[in-house]
Amino acid sequence: MLKVDIEKCTGCGECEEVCSFGAITVLDDKAKVDPELCSLCGTCVDTCPEEALEMESEGPGKEKQDFSAWSGVWVVAEVRGNGFAPVTFELLGKARQLADRLSVPVTAVVLGSAVKEMAPDLVARGADRVIVVDHPGLSNFVDEAYSKIVSHLARKERPEIILAGATAMGRAFIPQVATMLETGLTADCTGLKIEEEGRNLLQTRPAFGGNLMATIICDEHRPQMATVRPHVLKALEPDESRQGEIVEFEPSAELLEHRVKVVESVTEESDGPGLTDAEIVVTAGRGLEQKENLHLVERLAHCLDAGIGATRAVTEAGWISANHQIGQTGVTVSPRLYIACGVSGAIQHLVGMQGSDIIVAINKDKDAPIFDVATYAIVGDVREVLPALIRKVSEERGIKDV
Amino acid sequence: MDIVVCIKQVPDAESVKWDHKTGTLIRDGVKSVINPFDYHAIEAALTLKDELGGKVIAVTMGPPQAQEAIREAMSMGVDGGVVVSDRAFAGADTLATTYTLAQAIKKLGDVDVVFCGKQAIDGDTAQVGPGLAVRLRFPCVTYASQMDILDGERGLRIRRISEHGFDVVEVEFPVVVTVLSSLNTPRVPSLKGKMRAKKAEVPLWSASDIDASLDKIGLSGSPTKVYSTFIPKFEARREFIEGGAEEQADALVERLKEAGII
Ligand SMILES: Cc1cc2nc3c(=O)[nH]c(=O)nc-3n(C[C@H](O)[C@H](O)[C@H](O)COP(=O)(O)OP(=O)(O)OC[C@H]3O[C@@H](n4cnc5c(N)ncnc54)[C@H](O)[C@@H]3O)c2cc1C
Ligand SMILES: Nc1ncnc2c1ncn2[C@@H]1O[C@H](COP(=O)(O)O)[C@@H](O)[C@H]1O
Repeated sequence: MLKVDIEKCTGCGECEEVCSFGAITVLDDKAKVDPELCSLCGTCVDTCPEEALEMESEGPGKEKQDFSAWSGVWVVAEVRGNGFAPVTFELLGKARQLADRLSVPVTAVVLGSAVKEMAPDLVARGADRVIVVDHPGLSNFVDEAYSKIVSHLARKERPEIILAGATAMGRAFIPQVATMLETGLTADCTGLKIEEEGRNLLQTRPAFGGNLMATIICDEHRPQMATVRPHVLKALEPDESRQGEIVEFEPSAELLEHRVKVVESVTEESDGPGLTDAEIVVTAGRGLEQKENLHLVERLAHCLDAGIGATRAVTEAGWISANHQIGQTGVTVSPRLYIACGVSGAIQHLVGMQGSDIIVAINKDKDAPIFDVATYAIVGDVREVLPALIRKVSEERGIKDV
Repeated sequence: MDIVVCIKQVPDAESVKWDHKTGTLIRDGVKSVINPFDYHAIEAALTLKDELGGKVIAVTMGPPQAQEAIREAMSMGVDGGVVVSDRAFAGADTLATTYTLAQAIKKLGDVDVVFCGKQAIDGDTAQVGPGLAVRLRFPCVTYASQMDILDGERGLRIRRISEHGFDVVEVEFPVVVTVLSSLNTPRVPSLKGKMRAKKAEVPLWSASDIDASLDKIGLSGSPTKVYSTFIPKFEARREFIEGGAEEQADALVERLKEAGII
């Protein structure tokens, strides 16, 4: 509960200003808290010049716990095809930084079938140690077995931090691991660092579709767990001369047991990278006017090796499958470059893409809301701008035949 | 078939406004709606009931006003619902939420399927479904985009989407399924449904009603805490690129080259 010390409160209103949830109002020169709206975030506590606000914990008095038995930073690697998902290397780069700060080793955990040969790649990207769980029963992603194995290993080895990709796979099984370990998990982080004093991990993530950023801490439990969005962290260049230890873990039959049977695993033939993996996304909006013009977006995406996105208007019209939909009821992307073609910029669309680094919008209406979030705004007809752009980009990249 | 659907009331994205100067949420006129993905979870539950019979119960953890969400679900055809509501639940993160929802679901009795939305649009975590499965000791299938009933009505065959394409999986009941919007098209409430929902009693269950242990709910049951929040500054970085299509394309390619992208 957030408590106001009426004696100290001067009614200055700074807490009211800073509260993102509208939970504080100053009445008769005193701050009043609406417990229904208060999210207990504590921002106001730090802001109050009079130190009149205090967060009272309701649980039994918590003394500082001793976490010295928990040590090391883990990255759960994600195997995709014959290699690793790019986010695995990005996580290792970050894990390296965090681990150096804490003076502990980085361990990568990789699960799958015939994955042992791939372990040195993880060392080259920053791991000091790789735990390989190589078993034919893990060739498909069976989340139950994956989560039992990772939580078993974590209980045994006690890492202080576990990181994984915020991918379809990471978002499916890492929450199961966290629940099994009864610890905290922060989803979809975009920033990670170690607290100035202490060894806690500060995990920053967007909420409310990126309108609010929250930094989350898990200071009374170990391990501290986070999934991290692809593309926001930097991978290290591979260094083949790095040395690391590779250990194998043989899972018991009980750990391998699972109730969801994968009967088919289909890799969809697509020309470009998957949407959440792509460094560049080109998105089709209703402004393309007809399905026949979709090829403009496809060709630009091809030239840029980009993923193809779509608004709901476009998926609903059946121009492209719903897997391509970006936004509130589709996927969230945060590529380095986002090109919106004939997209109006409805809030439900913006929440799925406004975390992109550079946003280019092409729209013939200069007042379209998409321009509010654009880095580069091009007022024009997509049927003219796109062909010109395709020509220039393909020249630039030496691509023929588009 | 006993089916549960978990729904959450969230602020309507359309009515939420942010004051980027002071960095606050403008609460005036914010409407609460059912999380968009959860309509698809409701539809999945109703489709299953249509085929196999049984009943669908909607469960939500939230303030008493969340009764409105339950009524809306009932107007679509859900048989009944409950709001798990207690001041002691405030400040719950996903670990505490899954514990609380699991306690409520256990109180409902034996359940064959629990449907959740892929994620809630306020928190965007997508953690509640998989966590709830562990709490209930059910298997979990995430990101369902297609669903059929297995022969003998033993379970479900589900298409689960991932970055590389999709998996087709088979699972026997009981199971937790999280659904994508591409799974189905939610039905519109019927007039009869609306009438029934209006009259329905929607019970509020407190922490003691679901036998919740106090150290596992609300703030005390939440290992993650908000350390600080801030509003990202959208710096005015917008540049209009003028000229005809050719010039615009040229200028854009220059900018992208400078940024090291092409
Ligand atoms: C609950 C809910 C959830 C939703 N979820 C999503 C979601 O996840 N993702 C999503 O995208 N939408 C979602 N929507 C829909 C959203 O509100 C918008 O309707 C949708 O994003 C609009 O798509 P659009 O920009 O392609 O089409 P429009 O809004 O029709 O915009 C077309 C734009 O193209 C421009 N244009 C037209 N012709 C040309 C031309 N020749 N050259 C250049 N520009 C041109 C127009 O000026 C206009 O700005 C959701 C809606 C609701 C209610
Ligand atoms: N408070 C809640 N009450 C009921 N269901 C919830 C609640 N929070 C989350 N859920 C369910 O879990 C899904 C995922 O939510 P989240 O993990 O918060 O993104 C939602 O779509 C709902 O189906």
